[in-house]
Amino acid sequence: MAPSVGIPGSGLAKGLAVTLRTMTRRSVTAQYPDAQPDLPPRSRGVIALFEENCTVCMLCARECPDWCIYIDSHKETAPPAAPGGRERSRNVLDRFAIDFSLCLYCGICIEVCPFDALFWSPEFEYAETDILDLTHERDKLREWMWTVPPPPALDPAAEEPKELAAARKAAEKAAREAGPGPGPAAAGPDSPGGAGA
Amino acid sequence: MNDALDVVLRLVAVLVVFLVFPLLVGQTEHKVMAHMQGRLGPMYAGGFHGWAQLVADGVKFAQKEDIVPADADRRVFQLAPAVALLPYLLVLIAIPVGPRGFVGETVDAGLIFVLAVMGIGVLGSLMAGWASANKFSLLGGLRTAAQLMAYELPMLLAAASVAMAAGTLSLPGIVAGYHWWWTLWQLVGGLVFFTAGLAELQRPPFDMPVADSEIIFGAYTEYTGLRFALFLLAEYAGIVVLCALTTVLFLGGWHGPWSGSAGWVWTLLKTAVLAFVVIWLRVSYPRLREDQLQKLAWTVLIPLALAQIALTGVVKVVTS
Repeated sequence: MAPSVGIPGSGLAKGLAVTLRTMTRRSVTAQYPDAQPDLPPRSRGVIALFEENCTVCMLCARECPDWCIYIDSHKETAPPAAPGGRERSRNVLDRFAIDFSLCLYCGICIEVCPFDALFWSPEFEYAETDILDLTHERDKLREWMWTVPPPPALDPAAEEPKELAAARKAAEKAAREAGPGPGPAAAGPDSPGGAGA
Repeated sequence: MNDALDVVLRLVAVLVVFLVFPLLVGQTEHKVMAHMQGRLGPMYAGGFHGWAQLVADGVKFAQKEDIVPADADRRVFQLAPAVALLPYLLVLIAIPVGPRGFVGETVDAGLIFVLAVMGIGVLGSLMAGWASANKFSLLGGLRTAAQLMAYELPMLLAAASVAMAAGTLSLPGIVAGYHWWWTLWQLVGGLVFFTAGLAELQRPPFDMPVADSEIIFGAYTEYTGLRFALFLLAEYAGIVVLCALTTVLFLGGWHGPWSGSAGWVWTLLKTAVLAFVVIWLRVSYPRLREDQLQKLAWTVLIPLALAQIALTGVVKVVTS
């Protein structure tokens, strides 16, 4: 490509114009400690634990690529629900800690958790002066739970969430089963929840 | 007694200007450069938009250890920053600010004095480059020497053109003889003078002697602490001197509306605008290559300066 021939020095003038124009515009600097950054939805700041949902299944600890999740637990037995029945046993969480000096923020633990006990929180200001202090225990992880934002709204044309679809189907089924009896209670398939289970 | 007091006051005033104006230019450079790059620049030092950033820098420099390399030529190494800085102080004495003797000291052949003394400042870089016992410093020093050789000539030629036009070598005399159309008449000479001055100050885009991506920091590589700060101060004092000189020689110094009462404001204003241009050029243009630098001097600036002298001569003969 041949260099375009213009007025000599026009390139120099253009260069000056660019810098001068930039100077008259607002700078893009965000003065972070004074002004909080505007984080996008689903920001990966820190991992929060909702321990009521945790069943100590250990999936997160085992899937973690660098084994930075530490879980201790013990079993407790509860008396049988009905007399003569079997004793119920359940896992009780003793320790849940994530070493954020090892964590690589891949989010696999959050993906694999079958009971929705782990969440991404956009909180990011947890720097420490000692690397050992970056291992955060369950109380700290629980505090972060309250900074987890509600999930962003779905796209307008998105598929219905599985949970809602399942709930609606169950409601319709219950309505159909109740239908043959009282009759008019089954108003129609288009009014989920109208029947009441 | 009164005369002595007068001299002392003038010298103190020059010293104050010499210590304050380079810092003002430096701070302006911080902020202007930042905003031209879409940044904010220093914002914390001093509280309001980082106005005390250079004071903080000075404190930092003063705290640092003053190191002289083992193999360095001690005396020359230690003397170099002073040699680089002091000539600009001397030049500042001779630059007229306003009419009726508003000048540190009237020098009869002021133009010659100013140009000669300004050339000495570059010797500081040469001394530093030679005395540092460092190959990068030596390369920087050699580049400085080559640059001095190339750019002193067009600068002198352009200044000579003005001297011819005014018919005097005295700086106040040149300003006094100024008419508004001189700026157009001497436009080419002014551009050559300003460009060559930038090159002599080793300001970007002519900063190959300190090209930090090629030779670390040229002649200043081995310097630390206050001595290094003096070199930096010399650069900014050089900007003040160059802009003031260009104002005096080509832009008519104190001439402007109400020059009788507020002439010095005009001089300072024009100098400030030129200092802004110096910063602006630094932000806008990348560094030239060493051979491009020499080519620009010998094939563009010198012929232009000679043509300007010819033009000045012709106009002078025709109008007289």
